[in-house]
Amino acid sequence: MGLDPAYETDGNSFMVCDNIFEALVAYADESTQLEPGLAESWDISADGMTYTFHLRKGVKFHDGTPFNADAVVFSIGRMMKERKVKFLNQPLTIPAQERTPEYWVSMEMDNTVDTIEAIDDYTVVFKLKRVEAPFLANMGMDFADIISPTAFTKNPKEFVRNPVGTGPFKFVSWVKDDRIILEKNKDYWDKKGGPYLDKLIFRSIPENSVRFLELKTGNINICQYPNPADIPMAAKDKKLKLVSQPGMNIGYLSFNHTKKLWQDASMRKAIAHAINREAIVDNIYQGMGQVASNPIPPTMWGYNKEVPGFKYDLDLAKAYLAKAGFPEGKGLPEITLWSMPVPRPYNPEGLKVGVAMISDLSKIGIKAKIVSYDWGTYLKRQREQPDDMDLFQLGWTGDNGDPDNFLAVLFDGLASSSIRTQWKNEQYHNYMLEGKQTVDQAKRAEIYKKALQLIYEECPVISIAHSTVISPITKNVMNYKLHPTASVRMKDVWMQK
Amino acid sequence: MPAYILRRFLILIPTLLGVSIIVFMMLRLTPGDPAELLLGERATESALQEVREHLGLNEPLHVQYGLFLKRLMKGDLGETIWTRQKVWIEVKQRFPATIELSLVALCISCFFGVLFGIVSATRQYSLFDYLSMLGALAGVSMPIFWLGLVFMLIFSLNLGWLPISGRLDVHINLEVITNFYILDAVLTRNWEALRDVIWHIIMPAVTLSTIPTAIVARMTRSSMLEVLRQDYIKTAKAKGLSNFKVIFKHALRNALIPVVTTIGLQFGILMGGAILTETIFAWPGVGKWMYDAVMQRDYMVIQGGTLFIATIFVVINLFVDVLYAVINPRISVK
Repeated sequence: MGLDPAYETDGNSFMVCDNIFEALVAYADESTQLEPGLAESWDISADGMTYTFHLRKGVKFHDGTPFNADAVVFSIGRMMKERKVKFLNQPLTIPAQERTPEYWVSMEMDNTVDTIEAIDDYTVVFKLKRVEAPFLANMGMDFADIISPTAFTKNPKEFVRNPVGTGPFKFVSWVKDDRIILEKNKDYWDKKGGPYLDKLIFRSIPENSVRFLELKTGNINICQYPNPADIPMAAKDKKLKLVSQPGMNIGYLSFNHTKKLWQDASMRKAIAHAINREAIVDNIYQGMGQVASNPIPPTMWGYNKEVPGFKYDLDLAKAYLAKAGFPEGKGLPEITLWSMPVPRPYNPEGLKVGVAMISDLSKIGIKAKIVSYDWGTYLKRQREQPDDMDLFQLGWTGDNGDPDNFLAVLFDGLASSSIRTQWKNEQYHNYMLEGKQTVDQAKRAEIYKKALQLIYEECPVISIAHSTVISPITKNVMNYKLHPTASVRMKDVWMQK
Repeated sequence: MPAYILRRFLILIPTLLGVSIIVFMMLRLTPGDPAELLLGERATESALQEVREHLGLNEPLHVQYGLFLKRLMKGDLGETIWTRQKVWIEVKQRFPATIELSLVALCISCFFGVLFGIVSATRQYSLFDYLSMLGALAGVSMPIFWLGLVFMLIFSLNLGWLPISGRLDVHINLEVITNFYILDAVLTRNWEALRDVIWHIIMPAVTLSTIPTAIVARMTRSSMLEVLRQDYIKTAKAKGLSNFKVIFKHALRNALIPVVTTIGLQFGILMGGAILTETIFAWPGVGKWMYDAVMQRDYMVIQGGTLFIATIFVVINLFVDVLYAVINPRISVK
């Protein structure tokens, strides 16, 4: 972990960065609606190829240097492979890139952004290589945070340990593996609301149960990622309260679409109707989630309410199985179900979910066994779509609230060989292209609804559940809200005496 | 004697080289890809390639090992994958915490282990002997993880005597000089911090010391029993010396020779046991760091960290052997 937002990939780093840095675009409280951030407003050209950001005036970095167009060009431009950037005043030199800006690369920003130019002190123009509707939402993500060029160029190697941004809190100190301390930024530009807290301490307590014990004794005030079993205990504790938020995620079961067996939609639907997802959510998610009808969460625009989702129906499942040529499972060899070895926000216990699923499948005559590897191997082998993989569990937590960030990334196998499901459907691929190239959000929503209807009809994936994120906190913490992107925002939080 | 020490010292080089090869090969043979773990579910093929390229993972194994060795000759352990800092700097930041914890645990083990061992030996087959040996058996077989949590429940949550986790209360400022907090608190005359640091170290140190205490107690007991059967002890007793004098002046010195070796070995083992203890007690030392590195396949950290721990381990062993030779001069002749 580190504190240079452009180069981090893990939630713990972003949790701290969220309070030190800001991006041009911000997400609203508790949703991914886009709001002005360090840019007061923006214009998009009619052809969707040019984005002009008008920056906020009078904002200062924590080191006292002014926030301006050059800072934006510097912060974003340093991630580009070919640095087609233009500064306004001093031609800043960006130090050589020490490593890969992983988010920038995996969000395909090099294929999206062509040039970045400072037009005047408070205007920056981005010219794109292609029309990319999710671009604006991307600009609200952590990797697009604006940093102080002065602080960075002074010591590029040390910036990751001494971050300087414009956010509501300033970095003070970091004891490795122990704590990170921030303090209130008294000169914060947004005068309404916080920051109220003088000091913010992030502690690293790796064990879930120990973290919860620290909360119970009042040594910490907010406990992230508790054990699911500790939640009922927290609810009963008079000194604690629970805050929750439907997670912007999906846990799914998909098929090895490279195998002939799973190219038959009847086979896929047989599985979909055989799995009792309600029981899985009740017993394994411990009720902290909802059964999914679409592979995107209901809080996201573009969600298709008309899609009914697959109901648990063994007779229907058997009928589909017979239609596929395997009545009562006769003639079907034993299949494998790959189960995740690690808990993820979208699936608290992969192995238990897997066991529940194979017992469901046995009820319609399908014999299945569980396969699991350590996480790194699982991800790697899954990508290879080997013959010994029939069904696999995976999931996704959204980055930016754009449906493209779920639907294209997860299911458009025609777009790239790195799409994990490798489902290849011409019509779906066209929907995805259309969605990317349409800038008007209402029109995009219609396109994604059609894509979701197609997913329901073709069943390339069985959406299992959207989990609910729950944090126990002490009663005296006020106004703490969870965010769908899992970002931790302490600006408007205060403590009651 | 100097020849003996030199010979023992030279053996360290092939030993450590062996360790580095084994660790390197084991890491590369275990499945799991740091690039996949770094990028998680979102990894695209191009992003993975770029990361692997950057980390030098695309090179053939012997080239990677050669590079590692070449850097090692210059005293450079490489750079971590996750935090991009010199492994050496990261080790330096965390090692004092582990040493401090291990030393306190070792003191506890020595004191109680030797004490219980002596008392058990002198009262062989007494109730105390049975109870303490039963306790030793329990101590060896107790899972550290479970024990740590039980201690927390009793001493922190219910009784409220000791802090649950960490090295120092977040509200206390301590000027860090050596990173050994006890030493730093004394150097800066910060008595409030000293009290708090000691308060924090008790529970993890006691947890960590259970196994070595048990081992030292058993070792002391059996070694003491053997010595007590020797003729010169009988002579001493016959001369009318008090029991206390016989045990502490005549028997103990000889009985402790094998115990010293055991204690030396225990110190190395303590640092291994620190992985679990540090993880439960959120103790920012090498153990927890290595644990995270294994989970994240941070090759550089695992290689560098293991080599560092191995070095400490063999150096302590060397030290113990020399000490042994000093106590018992017959050893060095061979």
